[in-house]
Amino acid sequence: MTTDSGAASRDSRPASTEAGRDTYVRIDRVTKKFGAFTAVRQVSLDIRRGEIFCLLGGSGCGKTTLLRMLAGFEQPTEGRLYIDGVDVTDVPPYERPVNMMFQSYALFPHMSVFENVAFGLKQDRVPKAEIRDRVAEMLALVQLQDYGARKPHQLSGGQRQRVALARALAKRPKLLLLDEPLGALDKKLRERTQFELVGIQEKLGVTFVIVTHDQEEAMVLGTRIGVMHAGEILQVGTPTDIYEYPTSRYVADFIGSVNLYEGRIVEDEPDHVRIEVPDMATTVYVDHGIAAPPTAEVAVAIRPEKIHITPYKPLEAENVVRGTIQEIAYLGDNSRYVVRLDTGKVVRVTRPNVYRHDERLAWDDSVWMHWHPSSIVVVTR
Amino acid sequence: MRKLSPLVLAMLVLGFAFLYLPILAMIVYSFNASRLVTVWDAANSPTLKWYGELFANDQILEAARLSFEIAALTATGAVVLGTLAAFALVRYGAFGGRALFTGLTTAPMVLPEVITGLSLLLLFVALESMIGWPAGRGQLTTTIAHVTFTAAYVVVVVQSRLATMDRSLEEAAMDLGARPWKVFFVVTLPIIAPAIASGWLLAFILSWDDVVIASFVSGPGSTTLPMLIFSKVRLGVSPDINALATILVLIVSTVVVGLGLLLYRRERQRQREVRAAVAADSR
Amino acid sequence: MSATARGPRAAAPGAPLRGALATGARLGLARRLVIGLPYFWLLLFFLVPFLIVLKISLSTTALRLPPYEPLVTWAADGVMQVKLHWSNFGFVLGDELYRTALLNSIEIAGVSTLICLLIGYPMAYGIARAPSAWRNVLFLLVALPFFTSFLLRVYAWIGLLGRNGPVNDLLLALGLVDQPLQLLQTDFAVYVGMVYSYLPFMVLPLYAAIEKLDLTLLEAAADLGARPVKTFFTVTLPLTKEGIFAGCLLVFIPAVGEFVIPALLGGPDTLMIGRVVWDEFFSNRDWPIASAIAILMLVLLLGFVVLLQRLQSREGRA
Ligand SMILES: Nc1ncnc2c1ncn2[C@@H]1O[C@H](COP(=O)(O)OP(=O)(O)OP(=O)(O)O)[C@@H](O)[C@H]1O
Ligand SMILES: [Mg+2]
Repeated sequence: MTTDSGAASRDSRPASTEAGRDTYVRIDRVTKKFGAFTAVRQVSLDIRRGEIFCLLGGSGCGKTTLLRMLAGFEQPTEGRLYIDGVDVTDVPPYERPVNMMFQSYALFPHMSVFENVAFGLKQDRVPKAEIRDRVAEMLALVQLQDYGARKPHQLSGGQRQRVALARALAKRPKLLLLDEPLGALDKKLRERTQFELVGIQEKLGVTFVIVTHDQEEAMVLGTRIGVMHAGEILQVGTPTDIYEYPTSRYVADFIGSVNLYEGRIVEDEPDHVRIEVPDMATTVYVDHGIAAPPTAEVAVAIRPEKIHITPYKPLEAENVVRGTIQEIAYLGDNSRYVVRLDTGKVVRVTRPNVYRHDERLAWDDSVWMHWHPSSIVVVTR
Repeated sequence: MRKLSPLVLAMLVLGFAFLYLPILAMIVYSFNASRLVTVWDAANSPTLKWYGELFANDQILEAARLSFEIAALTATGAVVLGTLAAFALVRYGAFGGRALFTGLTTAPMVLPEVITGLSLLLLFVALESMIGWPAGRGQLTTTIAHVTFTAAYVVVVVQSRLATMDRSLEEAAMDLGARPWKVFFVVTLPIIAPAIASGWLLAFILSWDDVVIASFVSGPGSTTLPMLIFSKVRLGVSPDINALATILVLIVSTVVVGLGLLLYRRERQRQREVRAAVAADSR
Repeated sequence: MSATARGPRAAAPGAPLRGALATGARLGLARRLVIGLPYFWLLLFFLVPFLIVLKISLSTTALRLPPYEPLVTWAADGVMQVKLHWSNFGFVLGDELYRTALLNSIEIAGVSTLICLLIGYPMAYGIARAPSAWRNVLFLLVALPFFTSFLLRVYAWIGLLGRNGPVNDLLLALGLVDQPLQLLQTDFAVYVGMVYSYLPFMVLPLYAAIEKLDLTLLEAAADLGARPVKTFFTVTLPLTKEGIFAGCLLVFIPAVGEFVIPALLGGPDTLMIGRVVWDEFFSNRDWPIASAIAILMLVLLLGFVVLLQRLQSREGRA
């Protein structure tokens, strides 16, 4: 269940416009139980040919388990898996047109870099000369031409990661699964490698499914992101969709930082709604309609960077609240404020430091905050 | 550097002296010309005469050959059996009768040899009277008995290596298209090979050294070297046994020390290479 | 839900977890082979023999089973034939000789274990605290005797402890004794042989435990004002208990059933249970009694292991 389809006519939220086209992998109501514990629950997902799909979620939410089912290392307890229209649920891993890059890289310690990359080709009985060419090509792709004779322990972390990638790509799989591919790298190397990875994917046109628990990584790499929680997929969408239009409290809260308050719809029109938010002691005005019953409990979410903070009262009449500055964190490129409302609740605000000599806000200053009616996200789940 | 206290140092020196002086004495006496072993015959010593006598003694040579054969067969059998058992224990999670299986694989290690020997002999006797196999006792029954008690040691060695082995290596091989049997031979086996080799060596030495179990289960025609030594030694010291002991001790220590040195060098080399690789990355 | 009923591979609730390797039905055979082969071997050559020992030690049913040749021999012994069933156990437990042998074995094994611990602990400590370049060499030196023949190392002492051996020579030279002592074929020789043979088994687990010990703990203790001796008894010793348990187990258990050492170094009155089994079996050809003693010995050892494990797990919880 990833979209609310009913009552769509009333919903004028500018949600994702992309329709399902050219599905390559279809995960159909897949459940995986370990004993009594359900690691993956009724997941349905379509992954398109040639895209980079990121599975994002907290630790233990079932990302790896889902990926391992795609690779064939785990058998779904329920549901079916299709790759390119073929049911592969019962196909053993060594017969699937899928390759995986392991989090630990899993390079064979007793084989050289060349033998590692050649391993998959050897299993297919590719002629020797061709193996040599293909391995050379792969090593060139990951810029390790001169490292063929080395053993894995003679490589640095970044080099190992690239050998693992070359090995997984050598068989020219249509689908590459990557489990936290950059998890073992330090921050700098990681950022550099993210772009390399995208470059390689674009060059080869392989479909990537990448597991990560790092939302920034998912935003950089993914053409689409699936957010997982407790074994379920909560939302699927482009990075913009996920960030700007979360459909649930969990997703809104998980991605980036957000101010989240419970509220009640008091005015419900197709082109706008008003929501009473007791925590802010105000009624917020939202400039689009919501597909929810009028009495429904909803939550309003607003990102810190979408709130303007000023020492004086703004001109706008709607979506304005007042408070006192409680905390300030100066981060160089921006500053973060924690503002306490009269209700005792706090609002987090981020403001870019555009000018060197911005008007300074200080602790205990009384300030005004306001936001555009389109900036509010209303979530019903 | 931390200093060892004199007391600890003294214990260390005395302890090692205690462990090695008797062996040293045995080696020295093997060159003594006197038949009275511990009475040094200064006039005619050192001499190699006992070594000469040893190599002229067909009985000893035959026993050594038999022991070697049994030990080599035992080690090979124990490695096959022990590796399979270790694999089952580490890889197959829960299976019917696992608890009993675990017990059966470890018990032979803690069991007194007299009991193992006695029970196996009773089994062989019962089997022979029931189905006529094994016909009589000798090399075959000794080998079977040795495989049974040495396999337990192989299980321990291989099991600990398997348990620490990264499972994703096997999954990676399968992912790249290798079938399970191929995965085992191309990936798993090479990686656990050092453990299997140690297991083989251990089983060989245990079998080569065993006197109690062999005394129960071997027949009159097949006297192993330890059995022969035991029967000779019961009558007191004898110079040719000193010579034999010297040879055996030298062979074993050369092999063990040599292997230890080789592994140590390789590990050092490896660590150097790892350091070099990491250093290259940070450039 | 048709999905749950799909083929044998769909896990039934409560079915054992399948390893990742167990994909595809072909592996069922491999799995059965990998488990079955060693299982069968161990059942046939380890468990069944025990049942036979048990049966022979109980012996009434065996009496009616003619195939057992030795039983027939035993049946010919009229006196025995009257005392059936548990009589063997009663006989063994009631007989002065066997009781002494059993208690003697426990005593010799226990005292030997203690001596091994007293010598082994400082050694292991010294090795673990030695400069790292030395540590591997010393470790190898402790392990090496394990690989050299047990029998020959015991034999070495026959020469050393003999009437005109170096130990007596030394005592005479030092003027401690006037004439050579009878050292061989005494309990003393047995103790020497036991400690000598089993010392490595004590040192190795102790070394492993001490080596693991976090040195900063000792520094912390010193920092808090504990003197070295106090630190040793309040920090080092309790933290290496596991090694002590393991070492004692490794020495005591084989020592109780030891045969070679009492046979070569002990005198005629050094009764140890392993030797009694041997003699009953080979000299007296009394298989049921030998079997009964074996069973009793097994029960004793099993009890000991369980006791030690209880003790250890209680320590672990504390
Ligand atoms: N073989 C297994 N047996 C039992 N439980 C398992 C097994 N594999 C995974 N689980 C459980 O399933 C849940 C999901 O595990 P999974 O590895 O898929 O999480 P993840 O999302 O990849 O987390 P992480 O980000 O920490 O890697 C966890 O609670 C885990 O304990
Ligand atoms: Mg994971």
